[in-house]
Amino acid sequence: MKLNGDLIMDEQKKQNNIRNKKSLIECRGVDVFYGDKQALFGINLDIGEKEVTSLIGPSGCGKSTFLRCINRMNDVIEICKVAGTIKIDNEDIYHPDVDVVELRSRIGMVFQKPNPFPKSVYDNVAYGPKLHGRILHKDDLDAKVEKSLERAGLWSEVKDRLGEPGTSLSGGQQQRLCIARAIAIDPSIILMDEPCSALDPIATAKIEELIDELKDNFTITIVTHSMQQAARVSQRTAFFHLGKLIEVGDTEKIFRSPDHEQTEAYVTGRYG
Amino acid sequence: MWRIDINTDLLISLSLIIVSGLLSFTLAKQRAVFYLRNNEPLRSMPIYHGLYVSLWSTLLPIFLIIFLLFFKDSYLNYLVIPFLSEETIDLGIDEILYVKSFLINNISSLSTLISSGFISEGDANLLVEKYQETRVISFSSLVLLSIILSFVSYKKLSVRYDARRRVERILKFIFFVFSTIAVLTTVGIIFSLIFETLRFFSQVGFFDFVFGTHWSPQTAIREDQVGSSGSFGAIPLFTGTLLITAVAMSIAAPLGLYSAIFLSQYAKPKTRDFLKPILEILAGIPTVVYGFFAALTVGPFVRSCGEYIGLTVATESALAAGLVMGVMIIPYVSSLSDDVMTAVPLSLRDGSLALGATKAETVKKVIIPAALPGIVSALLLAISRAIGETMIVVMAAGLAANLTANPLSAVTTVTVQIVTLLVGDQEFDSAKTLAAFALGLMLFVITLALNVFAMIIVRRYRERYE
Amino acid sequence: MSKNLSIRHRAEKRFIAYGFISLILAATMLATIIGSMIYRSIPAYTNYSIDLEINMTEISAEDEFEDINFRGIIRSSLFSFFPEVESRSDKRKLFKLISSSASYTLRDFIIENPSYINKKFYFNVLFTDDSDIFYKGYVDTSLSESERRLDDQEVAWLNELKNTGRVKNKISKNLFLNGDSREPEVAGFWGATIGSLITISVTLLLSFPIGVLTAIYLENFAVKNRITDFIEVNINNLAAVPSIIFGLLGLAVFINFFGMPRSIPLVGGLVLSLMTLPTIIIATRSSLQSVPPSIREAALAMGASEMQVVFQHLLPSALPGIFTGTIIGLARAFGESAPLLLIGMVAFIVDIPSTFTDPATALPVQIYIWADSPERAFVAKTSAATLILIGLLILINLAAVLLRKRYEVKW
Repeated sequence: MKLNGDLIMDEQKKQNNIRNKKSLIECRGVDVFYGDKQALFGINLDIGEKEVTSLIGPSGCGKSTFLRCINRMNDVIEICKVAGTIKIDNEDIYHPDVDVVELRSRIGMVFQKPNPFPKSVYDNVAYGPKLHGRILHKDDLDAKVEKSLERAGLWSEVKDRLGEPGTSLSGGQQQRLCIARAIAIDPSIILMDEPCSALDPIATAKIEELIDELKDNFTITIVTHSMQQAARVSQRTAFFHLGKLIEVGDTEKIFRSPDHEQTEAYVTGRYG
Repeated sequence: MWRIDINTDLLISLSLIIVSGLLSFTLAKQRAVFYLRNNEPLRSMPIYHGLYVSLWSTLLPIFLIIFLLFFKDSYLNYLVIPFLSEETIDLGIDEILYVKSFLINNISSLSTLISSGFISEGDANLLVEKYQETRVISFSSLVLLSIILSFVSYKKLSVRYDARRRVERILKFIFFVFSTIAVLTTVGIIFSLIFETLRFFSQVGFFDFVFGTHWSPQTAIREDQVGSSGSFGAIPLFTGTLLITAVAMSIAAPLGLYSAIFLSQYAKPKTRDFLKPILEILAGIPTVVYGFFAALTVGPFVRSCGEYIGLTVATESALAAGLVMGVMIIPYVSSLSDDVMTAVPLSLRDGSLALGATKAETVKKVIIPAALPGIVSALLLAISRAIGETMIVVMAAGLAANLTANPLSAVTTVTVQIVTLLVGDQEFDSAKTLAAFALGLMLFVITLALNVFAMIIVRRYRERYE
Repeated sequence: MSKNLSIRHRAEKRFIAYGFISLILAATMLATIIGSMIYRSIPAYTNYSIDLEINMTEISAEDEFEDINFRGIIRSSLFSFFPEVESRSDKRKLFKLISSSASYTLRDFIIENPSYINKKFYFNVLFTDDSDIFYKGYVDTSLSESERRLDDQEVAWLNELKNTGRVKNKISKNLFLNGDSREPEVAGFWGATIGSLITISVTLLLSFPIGVLTAIYLENFAVKNRITDFIEVNINNLAAVPSIIFGLLGLAVFINFFGMPRSIPLVGGLVLSLMTLPTIIIATRSSLQSVPPSIREAALAMGASEMQVVFQHLLPSALPGIFTGTIIGLARAFGESAPLLLIGMVAFIVDIPSTFTDPATALPVQIYIWADSPERAFVAKTSAATLILIGLLILINLAAVLLRKRYEVKW
């Protein structure tokens, strides 16, 4: 049994070599339990700095659960237990001394459904910097809001309506507002949980364009159910199935010539 | 001239403590802002530094002040007793108590007491001196405590100090303390009722109370009078309560249920929007208004109706009170039944309609049986309301404890007797007063049992359809 | 088959009719209650009074107010209408037709306007409730003398007074501006209304913060265990405990154990806030639950702590719902009287209360006190007070509805 486990470890280590890039997030043997039910089984995955990694797989395969381990959002669920180590910049984020709040202030997250706060556009973006006391002067804050909205490609559309509630924007705009909100705290990592699943194709295209631009400054991990999207935006792709990481590698390789049969079956649309 | 005014003194120390809290808040916050300006890696936001210090410096002293407030009276007693004159003490216990409470009540205006000769100037000075000692010790130590606490906690703060988490922990604790108030209320109810009831049963036999059929609590004023003990048989009160509740439910159950059926199954949205508020207004009318209406209009009306067909009806008949109470309870029955009938899955209804049943048949044979647990619990809650209802019966039912099942005669209820026994001047040790608590305990237990039973039924029902 | 069907259809129609009739009956009862209150309250809003010629020429400005016989002045003015009345008992009977408050109102008037001393002037004086009711036509003079409050002699006097043209029917300011009184023509519900407002503000100040914080704790911070389960069950049960039990609690704990005085709004407010607490807790919890979890997640992911999520996001969004729940709870407390009876807020209180510790009564309790009074004129007063109470409650509830419509956050 032990031998078998080591074998799998070895194999995944082999997959994990990241060309050209330094790895920022290192996950080793991550298990997640919801009560008695195990949702993730020994995930070993490295995520490279300043590139886009997409997590794909059929619904319920655990890709979202894994994403939420990275900023410890699973802590919110009482019955959820996480085992194994996840290191960001060589710091174990599940170490008892780690302040979750500080951790999350270094990681931005964008959710499936756009969820702007019921406040003005300005307050939505300014929320993070204010919360963490990064900015003391009003002028600096204004500049920060403008810059974040600009990077999210939203500034030209909302610059005259900063006082309007964030919920009054269109779906695509709302999602870009959420991205701007996440960027505003200067995170090193941005996690995206199916950010386009509630959007129409045009809005989706804009977000994808944006992701491509953002990768120069941020490490982005994106969960997506659309294989085309994974192929378009990401440099590396990890395929999850039934709580296990089946295969990870350069996106091109995963979609052209995956090592595993299951991966091939999924990317060619035979199941999932 | 020194004053003795505990309330003002407490208020002054309270404001001093608050000032100390505010000061330390600004100090700690400003220091944290200074750290931020210097680009030091401040862990918690400045506001948490401020809150941390101010919470430490105010919470404990404020708690102590509240504590002192509760013991104010016993402290004053202790203060005043040595100064009662010998003449007063010779006059006996009643006079002592009277003089003592007079002194305590007027202690803030000692000079008037001196000029009216109530207390000698020397005594007054001694009294004030004695008060001064405690004042210096207790009130200034409260303020001092606050300052020390703020100093100590200020010292603990530093750039990397996790003030936020600690502030949140303190706040969470405060919230927890608040959430126990609801529990303390229940505990208070149970203990005060049980305690007084036990005292009652030390004077009146338990079986005389529970199985006695004669209720006349009017104990005589002089002990040698005939029937000085009074009699406390509670059976007539319970039958009276049941009689009125039965009359009320015989109105509220059919009217409430049919209203709920009509509203939930037949009414068009517009009709519903118009008719539902009527029931809501019925539920919102204060019970004292129903009581007044029952006593003024319904009572005489029932009486004259009875006379017309040749029946003798008491002016304060169980029927009149029950009728009005029935109207009051209609909304309680209808709103909950409405909810449970709307909650019956549409598929059940559609299945029956598709078989060719009429809507009425569907309601009677499918929806009502499915919603029965909910309806039963609605009725139980309504009964519990009726039993505990006070004002209608106080104003429209009588005081005569008749053991009868005739709704045309006057009966009395548990709640009426509680009010009658406790309104007005009372001695707290007489069996008469304590009897009210025994009745209250019975009332509490019965309504609690009905509510818990109803809740269990509803919970089971919810589980079935969710 | 078709016969059977028509029977079934008729049964259907009957069934609908029952439902409709039930609702109509309920509506009729509501209309009857309100209608009868309006009808019965009509005599309460006005009061008959008479302009008496007051002769103060014999009084000099040096006299102390206490020495002036205001009663005598009014008496002689009234008797001047009836020079033929001479016997003492008749004079007393005649004087009883006008309100016994007359001499006090005159004194208060003179104290405020000392310039009227030395002068002759007309002064408006109230009739007693019995005379007032007679003028309003509620006394059936065809009954025998023993069955009515006024005998033939008094009726004759009143008719004669009316013929002088000095009798007026004015809006009764006393009803709206006075405290309680033994004299129906003087009694008003302002004192009780103020008492109610003070009591309810104590209730608000205590039950709102405690209720909201309890709900926040149970909803967001409490670890699910036996203790918190127990607290929850407890709160649900507390919501259904009869209100009079809270009165017993107040009497045993606040008055007997802690030795607080009876009849004060502070104790009344304490008791009512314990009663209102469960309503506020339940309303707050359900409005906190109605905030979508995505908002909470977004804030947590931004690095907000649990406490910040609650106070920066959940609470602001839930506030309209919390306010509505609180207002509904307070409205119930406002109309509540049974617990207040037990803690002594049923006393006869003339002065208008101004602090938490002044003896006071509440509007619903005032209704109870007046309803118990034997004077016929109190029936109208009680009905008027009832209408005011219902009106205030409707206003409060309307405020709740508007608040919900205006500020409700739609997700």
